[in-house]
Amino acid sequence: MIKELLIILISSSLVSNVVLSQFLGLCPFLGVSKKTGTAAGMGTAVIFVITLASAVAGAIYKYILLPFDLTYLQTIVFILVIAALVQFVEMFLKKFMKSLYQALGVYLPLITTNCAVLGVALTNVQKNYGILAGIVNGFATALGFTIAIIILAGIREKMEYNDIPESFKGMPIVLVTAGLMAIAFCGFSGLL
Amino acid sequence: MKQNSILERLTNGLIKENPTFVLMLGMCPTLAVTTSAINGLGMGLTTMVVLALSNLFISLLRKVIPDKVRIPAFIVIIASFVTVAELLLKAYIPFLYSALGLYIPLIVVNCIILGRAEAYASKNGAILSLFDGIGMGLGFTCALTIIGAVRELLGAGELFGYSVMPESYVPCSIFVLAPGAFFVLAALTAIQNKIKRIGESKGRDMSKIQSGCNSDCMNCHDSSCGSRKEAVEAPMEDAENPKKAADDLEIIEINDDDDLKEDTKEEAKEGKEEESND
Repeated sequence: MIKELLIILISSSLVSNVVLSQFLGLCPFLGVSKKTGTAAGMGTAVIFVITLASAVAGAIYKYILLPFDLTYLQTIVFILVIAALVQFVEMFLKKFMKSLYQALGVYLPLITTNCAVLGVALTNVQKNYGILAGIVNGFATALGFTIAIIILAGIREKMEYNDIPESFKGMPIVLVTAGLMAIAFCGFSGLL
Repeated sequence: MKQNSILERLTNGLIKENPTFVLMLGMCPTLAVTTSAINGLGMGLTTMVVLALSNLFISLLRKVIPDKVRIPAFIVIIASFVTVAELLLKAYIPFLYSALGLYIPLIVVNCIILGRAEAYASKNGAILSLFDGIGMGLGFTCALTIIGAVRELLGAGELFGYSVMPESYVPCSIFVLAPGAFFVLAALTAIQNKIKRIGESKGRDMSKIQSGCNSDCMNCHDSSCGSRKEAVEAPMEDAENPKKAADDLEIIEINDDDDLKEDTKEEAKEGKEEESND
């Protein structure tokens, strides 16, 4: 059991990295990676939300959708649950955990339409993960996102002082960087 | 051409406001499924059907849906059509279903669809909205097919599964792998930048051309997003100011040459300004 969870952890965070090999959550990856500080904040918020969302989505799938034979509704149910969950988490943090809200608050609304959240919930169902394995998979996927976005932000901070060809300034050079990172992450495929 | 006619809607989506090449929306599926032309075509057509039907229904229901809960209502309508499309693909085109996999249900979070619902279908009549959806969908389909064809041609030497390159051509397989998608998109945005620059130097209005994902997907459908963006960027700037002194120190340590330091700093500033303008 522990071994299986460990394999899920490594494969979801490094081998099939959510942004660099599955292209989920590209928007925040490219948009919120100008500074390492903000990137780390975004990463933490994503870890928080995805882990929670995969737990909730997994429980709903197992105890509501499966027994009533409603699995074809999964896309609709998951997207609504995730949107509601993010709103609820935001309100909860604002009311009861002020310091955490100040740290993560601004990122939470941005995560609602992050396709990685829905992607993880659907992957968990597709791969028949139980609730615990689903939570581990969610955490690992989000961890992979955080690793990738912090590395990209670090590179982008250094790149500000570089002489970049006129047409490649802005998005193109970030995409090239992401491509090179993706090549590097291909190397992890030998891990498992 | 007459404003807001059916034909105008079609060409608008296909060329003037092409969601991929001009607006740069919905980049996740664009990168993920364009490993071959046929996958791109399939994904594009599926998205087009969902987009057209959800536009039609949202437009029909636009007076019934209360303004405050419109986004959840739109999402439910879109998700329903995505589920229908998913089940149909599973039943009738199984090879495409297995090739596209996870990305079919993820059409729900494709910002083109919510973007059109919010920007067009919720304000205009049913027929026009339907054709707006078809036009946008066609534009998306063409873009995905073209990107898919380029990647397939370079990466496998094939086009729609048929071998077209001479035998001596060694396929550069990185283009069908994940990194290739980033490189193709990088080239695409660089070309877009260039065109924008040339257009601006001739005094044309190029504000339509944008990199959607430059900021965030939220931009394209949520009207309150401007304030959201400010909320995200404000703490960044706050954090920047006390750090600035430290940054300057670091630069001096790295570059002994003072002139060089000035240059790089100025360039960095310019780069920043440009980015914030975007």
